[in-house]
Amino acid sequence: MTNKAKQEMKAIVFQLKDEEYAISVHQVGSIERMQHITRVPQTADFVKGVINLRGVVTPIIDLRKRFSIEESPFTDSTRIIIVYMDNMEVGLVVDAAYDVIDIPTEAIEPPPEVIGTVDVDYIDGVAKLDSRLLILLNMEKVLSKHEVNELHQIEG
Amino acid sequence: MEINDYIEVFIDESKEHIQSLNHHLLELENDSSNIDTVNEIFRSAHTLKGMAATMGFQDLANLTHQMENVLDAVRNKKVTINSDVLDIVLEAVDHLEAMVVDIANGGKGKQDVKKLLQQLRSIENGQPTATIKDKESELASTVESTSTRRYQEKSVFQTLDEFEVTVLRESEEQSFHNLEIYVRLREDCLLKAARVYMVFEVLEQAGDVIKSSPSVTELEEEKFEFDFNVLLVTKEEAYAVQQKIQKVSEVDEVVVSKFSVEQLLNSDNSIMENRDENQQSHANNEIASTQEKTSENQSSNRTVITNKTIRVNIDRLDALMNLFEELVIDRGRLEQISDNLNHSELQETVERMTRISGDLQTIILNMRMVPIDQVFNRFPRMVRKLAKDLGKQVQLEIKGAETELDRTVIDEIGDPLVHLIRNSLDHGIEPPEIRENKGKPTAGMLSLNAFHSGNHVFIEISDDGAGIREEKVVKKAISNGIITSDQAKEMSQSQVYQLIMESGFSTAETISNVSGRGVGMDVVKNTIEALGGSISIDSTVDKGTVFSIQLPLTLSIISVLLIKVQQEKYAVPLSSIIETAIVHKSEVLHAHNKKFIDFRGKVVPLVSLKEVFDVPNTRQEDEFHSIVIIRKGDKMAGLIVDSFIGQQEVVLKPLGEYLSNVFAISGATILGDGEVALIVDTNSLIKTK
Repeated sequence: MTNKAKQEMKAIVFQLKDEEYAISVHQVGSIERMQHITRVPQTADFVKGVINLRGVVTPIIDLRKRFSIEESPFTDSTRIIIVYMDNMEVGLVVDAAYDVIDIPTEAIEPPPEVIGTVDVDYIDGVAKLDSRLLILLNMEKVLSKHEVNELHQIEG
Repeated sequence: MEINDYIEVFIDESKEHIQSLNHHLLELENDSSNIDTVNEIFRSAHTLKGMAATMGFQDLANLTHQMENVLDAVRNKKVTINSDVLDIVLEAVDHLEAMVVDIANGGKGKQDVKKLLQQLRSIENGQPTATIKDKESELASTVESTSTRRYQEKSVFQTLDEFEVTVLRESEEQSFHNLEIYVRLREDCLLKAARVYMVFEVLEQAGDVIKSSPSVTELEEEKFEFDFNVLLVTKEEAYAVQQKIQKVSEVDEVVVSKFSVEQLLNSDNSIMENRDENQQSHANNEIASTQEKTSENQSSNRTVITNKTIRVNIDRLDALMNLFEELVIDRGRLEQISDNLNHSELQETVERMTRISGDLQTIILNMRMVPIDQVFNRFPRMVRKLAKDLGKQVQLEIKGAETELDRTVIDEIGDPLVHLIRNSLDHGIEPPEIRENKGKPTAGMLSLNAFHSGNHVFIEISDDGAGIREEKVVKKAISNGIITSDQAKEMSQSQVYQLIMESGFSTAETISNVSGRGVGMDVVKNTIEALGGSISIDSTVDKGTVFSIQLPLTLSIISVLLIKVQQEKYAVPLSSIIETAIVHKSEVLHAHNKKFIDFRGKVVPLVSLKEVFDVPNTRQEDEFHSIVIIRKGDKMAGLIVDSFIGQQEVVLKPLGEYLSNVFAISGATILGDGEVALIVDTNSLIKTK
């Protein structure tokens, strides 16, 4: 049993545009339907605002904007994935979220380095499962406060 | 009988005694002839020693004991108190405190105090002529221990502290029986501790165990032969108690006898009589006055503890507060629903509920209030030490230490205050020579004053030092690039003083290690503003400086005015609002691309919240502007909003770690409809520069 656990990683899979991404289940608190988001002025443009998550005011990030993918209107399948990290609680707006899947560790490869693509630091690796390609995200980098503050400084 | 049950009480009480030691020692420094103060110190040290010994903290007991000897020598005028002696005694108190902290953290309270013990001993024996007398005095201070040896045959309980004496006396007055019980277990008894436990259970059903010999700990650890003595206060008769104990199996012998406090005290006094007259009368007086005072103090203390207050873990209060916050949110929702439905019965009920929950809120908030003394009490020591380090003479005056503040504010306010005091001592109060030249008393005056006013608490830190030289501040600010010389010309006095709080500003020509490098004052300002308070400075050259801090009574629930900007809702804290107004567009004055209004004869600048917050345009502009007039200190500004929704009590919630430091937003709150509204930080909308 332990042997098996070592070789597999449980991840939540979600969709942005045509690509599929994965986050480890340990970091995910819950998946919420779209709800009213209160805009917070003077923040980075990918910060959508805050929601009331059962009494806790939680910041929301639009992952499309964070990854510089063109915006699209919210649909019925749009979800907010609540992620916990280092005492931070942040919601990620994604196009759709699917079930938990087991990714065998041997299927994970480091991010491909190809000339002509923009280097992004928030990708931990890529997992190939049958015909699906899953992008594993490094949450620490995605939620790096550095960028929020940097943008804030320019504006303020 | 669990020792752990007592350890918290022990720690709390020890802290109180150490605080009182600190307090009185400093008092003694000002008035070294006051024998009452010495007695007070002696009493604290003595109680501390007794408690520490009972709890088995030997180092703590030894150190207090040696301190007690020194104090006794002082009391008997064999050693005169001077600054050096006090330094060592205070150092001993520091060690005591460290030990207690260690015990509180689960340690054993061990410290290396050999050197200190030696120093204390050498003070005690400071005057060679008094060596013999000193021995005598040591005898006096350890009256209890000698008497134990001498009167062994009478009663084992000669070492009673004042508290125990008081309890025993009280019980005598109330016709309880004070019984001394001797119990011997059978020699083939295997589980001695278990039998002891059973005996104690019987005793505790009958009355209160005051003391046992050996101590309870030792009994539990089976550190006794086969017999032990217990002092019991009970309503039951001696024979009844005896029979009950004998029912416990493996008990060999039980002797119950009456115990008389008077007898014990008389025996104490008889020792006194052996000493020379002078000392005897002194000691008698001392004992008499001590007992009078303690019997009053202790008995009243005791009733307070048992009847009037309970210790509650602060976590529980926090939990209660959180639940209440939820309730406030739901209350807001209910109010909204009842307004929409327009159902009179429902509205009445909701109104009633609102009133009750308002009362509940007052009570819960009051429960969380703590006197500011908790912060102030560490300052006398600090000021004394700093003044010594700086070679200055400073008198500290504390007023309003009983003023109460929310615990969360208390936790935060300590560091800023420390910084302001350091600042006053370092930059404010001049060295004695300079003061003399200026015709001021050599000792500077530093006073701390706390008081309530309205919904706020004010803390003032004032000194009679050099004051702030405006031109010096301005010059410095210009050279540090904080302001330009053009700006400087237009600045008022209070604006200049505020410059001190800007980051990167430090007026002391030489950087001392007491007050910092100009990083401190802006931290002070930021901390206070983060608490929803403000700080202002007033100063007269050569007369002194006053730092005045204004703090809200509580942090978590505030009254706000809800407003609407386009489709977005914002909350403006009521505490910063002067009033609201509706003005016609034509009344707005334009000057230099800025908008102003004439508000009651004053020209007030207007700030459009829509522009500041980049609110998306969704509606036509009205002919009229709705304006919220806000203030910060003596400055005012008008916020242009679209409509007023109304006043509401809301729960302040942080925006979360991810979005810390958003401009002009101090937090968020959850409205009745479940949506989040942002709370406007009006302070950052008015510039002080």
